[in-house]
Amino acid sequence: MATLLAVVIGCLYAAGIYMMLRRSLFKLILGLVLLSHGANLLIFTVGGLTRGRPPVVPPGAAAPAAPTADPLPQSLILTAIVIGFAVLAFSLALFHRGYQTFGSDDPDDLKASDR
Amino acid sequence: MSDVPLVLPLLIPLTTAAVSLLAWRRTVLHRVLAVAGAAALLGAGLALLDFVWRGGICATQAGAWPAPFGITLVADLFSAIMVVLAGVVGLTVVLFSLASMDRGREAFGYYPLVHVLLLGVCGAFLTGDLFNLYVWFEVMLMASFVLVVLGGERPQLHGGIKYVTLNLVSSALFLAAVGILYGLTGTLNLADLARKLDGMNQTSTVTAVGMLFLVAFGIKAAVFPLFFWLPASYHTPPGAVSALFAGLLTKVGVYALIRVFTLLFVREAAFTHPLMLALSGLTMVTGVLGAIAQDEFRRVLSFLHIGQIGYMTMGLALAGLTDSPSLAVLALAGSIFYIAHHIAAMTNLFLVSSVARRLCGTFELKRQGGLYRTQPLLAVLFLIPALSLGGMPPLSGFFAKLSLVQAALGAGQYVIVAAALVVGLLTLFSVTKIWAEAFWKPSPEAAGGGPAGLTSRQKRVLLVPIWGLAAMTVTIGLGAEAVFRLTTRAAEQLLHREEYIRVVLGGPP
Repeated sequence: MATLLAVVIGCLYAAGIYMMLRRSLFKLILGLVLLSHGANLLIFTVGGLTRGRPPVVPPGAAAPAAPTADPLPQSLILTAIVIGFAVLAFSLALFHRGYQTFGSDDPDDLKASDR
Repeated sequence: MSDVPLVLPLLIPLTTAAVSLLAWRRTVLHRVLAVAGAAALLGAGLALLDFVWRGGICATQAGAWPAPFGITLVADLFSAIMVVLAGVVGLTVVLFSLASMDRGREAFGYYPLVHVLLLGVCGAFLTGDLFNLYVWFEVMLMASFVLVVLGGERPQLHGGIKYVTLNLVSSALFLAAVGILYGLTGTLNLADLARKLDGMNQTSTVTAVGMLFLVAFGIKAAVFPLFFWLPASYHTPPGAVSALFAGLLTKVGVYALIRVFTLLFVREAAFTHPLMLALSGLTMVTGVLGAIAQDEFRRVLSFLHIGQIGYMTMGLALAGLTDSPSLAVLALAGSIFYIAHHIAAMTNLFLVSSVARRLCGTFELKRQGGLYRTQPLLAVLFLIPALSLGGMPPLSGFFAKLSLVQAALGAGQYVIVAAALVVGLLTLFSVTKIWAEAFWKPSPEAAGGGPAGLTSRQKRVLLVPIWGLAAMTVTIGLGAEAVFRLTTRAAEQLLHREEYIRVVLGGPP
């Protein structure tokens, strides 16, 4: 399972970087999204994969039975997803505004300030 | 109640921003709150510095969860110094904005955004938890994204798109590095991480993660070859925003670099620190050469700014390269001294450039001129930070460079000594160019009378923060011994990690 996820993460990173190198602001955003998904999945995988053992303390016991899934990576990812969502919403609005202002989706056409 | 000084630098900007947001569109109230909040933040920073100076490193656990499990807030002298500097920049920029920010931006929540930015910056300085550091970075970035494009002018949108993209890439790398480090050690608390990484055998894996951090923080700190977003975006927003960014944002990256490379990734110093030294030298050289090639006031300053970042990372690299503890302390103390000097000088230069733009109607140096004739006071106030940046005694920059060069000579790194001295000279050359173009030569529009200048009341308000920062530059220079004693103690605390670990995790003194 970990090997499969490692391949998936690698593909996400590769696709993300490829998209960012395309000559289009829209694909740039897609690339950023893929990159952050890759990072989230990476945290999930390196945090250790344990199947079907929720870290819930059964009634009467002081601690959950030994091999339990680590809840921390999941809460980290949840936080990262929320932050990523907000940032993505902002950048979509910004890029849309940029498209309206410059009338082009090509980053090379944004020559207003930079030589 | 030892927690109060530690929490106040977070509570004050948070409260200011929240109350301002509740009073939406009441601009006068926003202004009053922003000035009061920034002044209170500076006061809280000074109180924290005093508290840490007398009582040593202090830590508190959020929600009373014990150390490696909950989120730790911790302040050593380095953090406290940085919080004070954040307060200084916040106060001066807010004061400057009172007379320079336009109505539209003020009505769209400019002042609350500045305070959210200050909140993120102070949080990053005070947290003792790696994932929490990521969250504070995002708080700071979100506010800075909006500040960069607030107003929506064409160059702003263009600069903003580059700024947002590069910072999101850096955040994704940072997040991945945090995840891998958690997978390796099972903890995110900085002190606990330091302890666990010391006991690990897989040094090469740890170093690889360290390199990920170097890239992620390197983008934020704008070191070579990751600095391209900075000159593309810093000259686009209004002057006060540029000054705020120049003062604080890259320094948070430098702070994070110093923190993780003195606390966590110290075992493979023979590999990581020569690399950092080379990057520092290249950052200095490319920065200053870029500055020489520019003809626009703020673009010159942006490139000079990059060049200066190299000096700060140079001290960090030297500290890991030398065997002698006293030299390591000298190098790191030089770095911290440099940060303090740089924040005062660079913020001030951006503020002066903004005033010059108001007087001449343009940032293009070729079309500016005659400011020495009409505004001799402003010219003097430009010279103080400018000469300090070039390293002229008795101003702050001289002592900052002196300690770094001494440390490099002691460590036998003669190439970096040469680079530091030549770059200092070239920095002086670039600021002389600004002086000659904007201040000394006759105004090219003298016949036409030029654009309308400033009213004398506006000018008085604009010059107050510039006076303040210039006074700070002179004071750091004249009182260099006292400041150096402070930064030396901060550097000793950084290099003696056991004390930091003990305070955070508890244990016998």
